[in-house]
Amino acid sequence: MEIDINRLDLEFQAKIDSGKTIEPKDWMPEKYRKTHIRQISQHAHSEIVGMLPEGNWITRAPSLRRKVTLLAKVQDEGGHGLYLYSACETLGISRDELFEQLHSGKAKYSSIFNYPAVTWADMGAVGWLVDGAAIMNQVMLTRTSFGPYARAMVRICKEESFHQRQGFEIMLSLCNGTAVQKHMAQESLNRWWWPSLMMFGPRDEESTHTEQAIKWKIKLKTNDELRQQFVDQTVPQIELLGLELPDPAIKWNEERGHYDFGPINWDEFWRVVGGNGPCNRERLAARKEAWEKGAWVREAALAYAEKQENLREAV
Amino acid sequence: MNKSLYDYLILLGDSPLILGHRLSELCGHGPNLETDIALSNIALDLFGQVRNWFQYAAEIHGEGKTEDDIAFLRYEHEYRNVILTEQPNKDFAWVIARQFYFDAWHYSLLTQLCESRDERISAIAAKSIKEVTYHRRFSSEWVKRLGDGTEESRARMENAIAHFAMYKGELFEETNVEKEMFASGTGADFKVLKAQFESFTNEVLNEAGLEIPQIDWTQRGGKHGVHSEHLGYILADLQYMQRAYPGMQW
Ligand SMILES: [Fe+2]
Ligand SMILES: [Fe+2]
Ligand SMILES: [Fe+2]
Repeated sequence: MEIDINRLDLEFQAKIDSGKTIEPKDWMPEKYRKTHIRQISQHAHSEIVGMLPEGNWITRAPSLRRKVTLLAKVQDEGGHGLYLYSACETLGISRDELFEQLHSGKAKYSSIFNYPAVTWADMGAVGWLVDGAAIMNQVMLTRTSFGPYARAMVRICKEESFHQRQGFEIMLSLCNGTAVQKHMAQESLNRWWWPSLMMFGPRDEESTHTEQAIKWKIKLKTNDELRQQFVDQTVPQIELLGLELPDPAIKWNEERGHYDFGPINWDEFWRVVGGNGPCNRERLAARKEAWEKGAWVREAALAYAEKQENLREAV
Repeated sequence: MNKSLYDYLILLGDSPLILGHRLSELCGHGPNLETDIALSNIALDLFGQVRNWFQYAAEIHGEGKTEDDIAFLRYEHEYRNVILTEQPNKDFAWVIARQFYFDAWHYSLLTQLCESRDERISAIAAKSIKEVTYHRRFSSEWVKRLGDGTEESRARMENAIAHFAMYKGELFEETNVEKEMFASGTGADFKVLKAQFESFTNEVLNEAGLEIPQIDWTQRGGKHGVHSEHLGYILADLQYMQRAYPGMQW
C-alpha cells in the first residue's frame, strides 16, 4: 500500500513536470487538494471582499461614464469570485462551507482590502496598483498545474488588465486636471503604495510554502521577485503621471538593473494580516451581514426549486 | 430648443437614473453572488439608457450642456423620476417588488416608444427593450419564487407587493408634456400602458399565489418635482463630487 502511494505520488509529479494539467477527477495527493482549496478559496474571498471598498464609490462617481465603468468593474470582481468558487467546488467542498470559513475568520483574503477607499482618486489607485499587483501573481497562475484554476485565471487576467488600464486612466485624468485633483491623486498614491507592495506577501526568507508551491506550479516566481517586478514596472508609470515618488528611497540601481526601494513596514503587514487593520472588522461584518440577511432568500429559492421539481415529476 | 421634447427626455431618463442608483447601492451586498451580479447588470443597463436619453436631451438643449450636467447638476425639484424609484432597499422583497412594478411599466412604455415618430427615441427604445425584457423576466420570476417559496418569503413578498401598490398610480398619471408627446406621435398612449401593466402584473401575482392589492389612491408628485424625503439623500451621494469639485473633468 505504502509503495503504491509513493508510486502515485511520483507519477503525479511527473505529470505536472511534463506540463500536463491536473483535472478534478484525477488522483491527487491529499495535501495538493487541501492546498488548492485553501489558495483558490482565499483568492475567491479576495474577489468578493474586494468589491466592498470600490463598491462604496459607485453611488458617488463623478460622471455617468465613470459610474458605469466602476459598476462594471466591481461586478466583474463578483464574476471572478463566482468562477473561483466553482473551481474550488470541483475539489469537493461546497460554496456554503467556503463562506463559513470566510465568516469565521478561518479563511483569509487579501489584506489590501482592509484599507479604506476614502477619495475618488482611490478608484484610480486601486485599479492601477492593486489590480496591477494582482495581475502579476495571476498571469503566473495561468500556467499553474490545476486545470480549473489555470483556466479561470486566463479569463480573469483579461478583465484584470482592463481594470488596471481603467484605474491608470482615472489617475491620468486627475493628473491632467486642477491642482486639487492632482493633490488627490498624489495623496492616494502615497497611501496605496506600501500596502500594494505588501500584496506580494512576506519576504522570501519568511515565506513558508514556497518550495512546494514551485513544485506544483502554484508559484513560478518568489514573492520578492514579483515585488521587484512590480516596482520596476510601476515607477516609470508614476513618472509618466508626473507624480512624486511615494518612497524617497526609490532609485535606479544600474548594477542590479532594478529599482531599489525603502524598507517595508512588516509590523504593519502582520498586524493587518492578524485582523487589526483599518477595515478588517467592517469588511467581515459587511460580508456576514449580506449573507445572513440573504438567508431567507436562498431558502426560498431552494424551496421553490424543489416544488417545481416535484411538479415536473408529478406530470 | 424644443422645450417639450427636452422635458420629455428628462422624464424618460430620471426614473432609470434614480432606480439605477438604488440598485447600485446593493452591489457587493446581495443575498448570493448570482443575484448580486444580476442586480448590478440591471443597474448597468439602466445607466446605459439614462446616458442615451440625456445625451439626446443635451443635444436638444445645446449651449454646451452635457449628459453629466443633466444627471448631476439640477436641484431636487427639477428631477422628474416617479417616487417609486427612490424608495429604499429595505429588504430583498422590497427590491424585487419595486423592480417588478417598474419593469412592468417600463416594458410597456418602451414597447410603444419603439414606434415613436421621433427616430432617435424609437432607436433608443428598440435597444432598451431587449434589456428590459430580461429585467421584467428577472423580477417577475423572483416574485413567483418568493411568493411560492417558504412561509417567510411569501409573507415578505406579499407585504412588499402591498406596500408598493401605493406608488403605482403615479406611473399612469399623464403630465402635460406626455399628453403633448402622445398627441404628436412621439410618446406613449397611457391607456394602453395602464391596461398592459395591469394584465401583466395580475397574471404574475396570480401565478405566484399572491393577493392583488386593491387600492384606490396613489402617492404622486415625482413627475412634477415633488419628491419623498429619500431623494435629498440620494442626491447628496449622487451629486457629491460634482458639487464638491465644481467644473472639473474626471
Ligand atoms: Fe482582483
Ligand atoms: Fe478580480
Ligand atoms: Fe479587478
